[in-house]
Amino acid sequence: MAGKSGTENIKTDGGAFALRLPDLNALLYLGAIFTALLVLVPIIYLAVRAAGSEGAVTDLISRPRTWEILKRSALLSFSVTFFSALISVPLAWILERTDLPLKRVWTVLTTVPVVIPSYVAGFVTVAALGPRGILQQLLEPFGVERLPDIYGFWGALLTLTLVRYPYVLLPVRAALSKMDPSLEESSRSLGKSPFQTFAKVILPQMRPALTAGCLLTALTALADFGAVSLLRYETFTWAIYIQYQSLFDRSAAASLSLVLVALALSLLMLEWLTEKKSPLYSVSRGNRPPLESIRLGKWRVPALTLCVIITLGSIVLPVSILGMWLARGIASGEIMPGLAAPLINSVYISALGAGFTLLAAFPVAYLAVTKRGRMTYILERISYLGFALPGIVIGLALVFFGIRYLAPIYQTRTMLVAAYVILFLPIALGPLRTSFLQLGPRLGEAARSLGKTHSGVMARVTIPLSVPGIVTGTLLTFLVTMRELPATLILSPIGFKTLATSVWSASSEAFYAQAALYSLVLIVISSVPMAVLILKQKNGGQA
Amino acid sequence: MSTALRLAGVSKNFGAVKAVEKLDLSLEKGVILSLLGPSGCGKTTVLRLIAGFETPDEGAIEIDGLTVFAPGVNLPPEKRRAGMVFQDYALFPHLDVYKNTVFGLSGKEERKKARVGEVLSLVGLTGLEHRMPHQLSGGQQQRLALARAIAPGPGVMLLDEPFSNLDTQLRIQIRGEIRDILKRSGASAVFVTHDRDEAFFMGDRVSVMSGGRIEQTGTPYELFHRPDTRFVAGFLGTADFVPCSLRDGTAETEIGTLQSPNQRETGEGFHVLTRPDDVTLRESSSGGNGAVAALSFMGTNYVYSVRLDSGTVVHAFGPHDKVLARGVRVRAAFDPHYRPVIFKDEIRIKS
Repeated sequence: MAGKSGTENIKTDGGAFALRLPDLNALLYLGAIFTALLVLVPIIYLAVRAAGSEGAVTDLISRPRTWEILKRSALLSFSVTFFSALISVPLAWILERTDLPLKRVWTVLTTVPVVIPSYVAGFVTVAALGPRGILQQLLEPFGVERLPDIYGFWGALLTLTLVRYPYVLLPVRAALSKMDPSLEESSRSLGKSPFQTFAKVILPQMRPALTAGCLLTALTALADFGAVSLLRYETFTWAIYIQYQSLFDRSAAASLSLVLVALALSLLMLEWLTEKKSPLYSVSRGNRPPLESIRLGKWRVPALTLCVIITLGSIVLPVSILGMWLARGIASGEIMPGLAAPLINSVYISALGAGFTLLAAFPVAYLAVTKRGRMTYILERISYLGFALPGIVIGLALVFFGIRYLAPIYQTRTMLVAAYVILFLPIALGPLRTSFLQLGPRLGEAARSLGKTHSGVMARVTIPLSVPGIVTGTLLTFLVTMRELPATLILSPIGFKTLATSVWSASSEAFYAQAALYSLVLIVISSVPMAVLILKQKNGGQA
Repeated sequence: MSTALRLAGVSKNFGAVKAVEKLDLSLEKGVILSLLGPSGCGKTTVLRLIAGFETPDEGAIEIDGLTVFAPGVNLPPEKRRAGMVFQDYALFPHLDVYKNTVFGLSGKEERKKARVGEVLSLVGLTGLEHRMPHQLSGGQQQRLALARAIAPGPGVMLLDEPFSNLDTQLRIQIRGEIRDILKRSGASAVFVTHDRDEAFFMGDRVSVMSGGRIEQTGTPYELFHRPDTRFVAGFLGTADFVPCSLRDGTAETEIGTLQSPNQRETGEGFHVLTRPDDVTLRESSSGGNGAVAALSFMGTNYVYSVRLDSGTVVHAFGPHDKVLARGVRVRAAFDPHYRPVIFKDEIRIKS
């Protein structure tokens, strides 16, 4: 009898239950297609809009000013990338391979700048080196009345490099630590010095990571709005914003956006190309002990100096300067605006953004891993477009599209969350994809053979085991959403202030103490998910 | 003959762990030495100390007449002329066969090209110069790793378990090829392995290591038939130790009396090394001196585990014409031609 009831159980679980639910695959595909449409429609509409206004595009392209902006954007993007690589490659090597004292500390400190938003860094640069800045005030007693102008290219370059170099450092360091140590040993025993080994073996090995990091840096520099606008260096993003604000005919802004997107997309394509062309995996993995650290010897002081300078410039000085302005503001009795509203708004809208982004990313990542094919490949690639779409462009596209077709949700939080989903899909996709890949098909197959339905497997195997990826994805998305400025600036409902928009408006109006307050709060709040991520990596190693 | 490699009193500790302890080793030119031992015995560390990837705490190392480590001397790996073949090959994945091979060469382009051609033909990879490492089979990767290490003409070749990534079938074929290549190139080599058959096959001489020390060095035949310590005896094959007493030039045991190797040692507490082929078994329903405790079929014959009446266990090949069941009473006896190896405590007594 026991045997019979057992058989019946299996039947109900496998048969009847599955019939009542719509097919899970169909649902997943539906979700993924919706996500792709969400990414594509606004940007296509923007293109249509730009092309639609007569002669606008040809007009714009024939204007010398457009070329001027293009030149500036490209120059800044290239320079930031170049200097980031210049800092990161030796830094990564020092941190991973040498006997640098306090290596752990430096490793953490050089990672921290990722939590500093570019507009905070831009504000710090102005507050430190600008006409009314700290340095000027320090030098005044010595008769220095004017500092070299910090506004423009050099200010923007300095600022962006100091907060963006971790984008290169992190992947390069990871590549170095994963590199098969016996490759390095082979090279040494074949008569090559450590320097020759670096040039002939290590550098080629880290090239894919370096390329990826550089392209990401170039893209973010191209898309950056906060730093360039505060430092008044007119690149595309700032020009678009000005056009958007000042003109009735907004199609000029749309056309400029399209040029920017084209530029960014070509960078992204470049990344996809290099990704394919680099089968630089090691033939086999050794399980050898880690290498003996290279003794720095007389290079110890220069190596330490590099770490100190980078850390000072990218984290210690910025935070101290913020603290200084805040202290001054409090001491002089400057009126501090309410902190509660922007703080609550920021956390609330970022949580919504992160949640929905993850929801949108889930079917795409799941299908891309489990159902490989042309369709899922295209869906995944579309979802990655967000990497190449600057926030200002998404903001603008949603404004155009919203006014025309979605009036009821225009200037609502829904619209803002939609923008976040488009922008940060790629960030949520990464960790999800990794955990689905690690899961592999076997466990699901085992569960199916034990009589579970597809949705049963999803609920009882796939999702529970993907929790680390889901958590990482959510935290990362939360982090970047919180810092997002341009789209938030354009799409926020009237009167909806976040920490990011508050920093920007206070610093552009030269309320330094207020800006410092918002910046510090923003940095502290962003550090929480960051710290969780770092701790998680240390404990489990699951990304 | 001159020496290719000499280690004198080399020690290396990792924290509290003594990985290598006061190790002496010397290798004549053109000789392949197998360094054999269980995992964790320090054999790989010895290679890494020679290559310069680890720094000894004390001692001296000399490669082909050049002192590479001694008090006050510590040449970096690139100055040591030690050609290393790694367990995982460590082929440069971004370089093709030609560029991997030419990597360690310097000098004129033409001479380098000629040398690469020479070495690739030695290892049988001619024609594959432009293949990338991942386009090669496991055996080809192995031979490329060897070619790359041989190309600069190293003073000594160091091979770290180079066959452990290959499956059994391939391993037997490849090790023949590799030994052949090493011999034809006239290389002096240290070959590290935990596999006895591999060590015996590859090595002109074999050093058995245990706990950071070399227990014994000799030809495979010497090691197997004249082990210096009970560890060596046990590590190289099935070995039982039958208690014996020595007097008047004879060794008396439970299963027979043998000629003692020397007259000096007398008394109780000695043990005779007993391998399965040194013992004969006869079924003996009335009496005998033990019973079959277990048996396993090895293909050509059965190996019996016999519990003697004293409790001592010996292993023996059985009679060819009959299978003895478990529990059957047997008479075990030494082969009369056996020249016994006798241990006092852990050490063999010398003749």
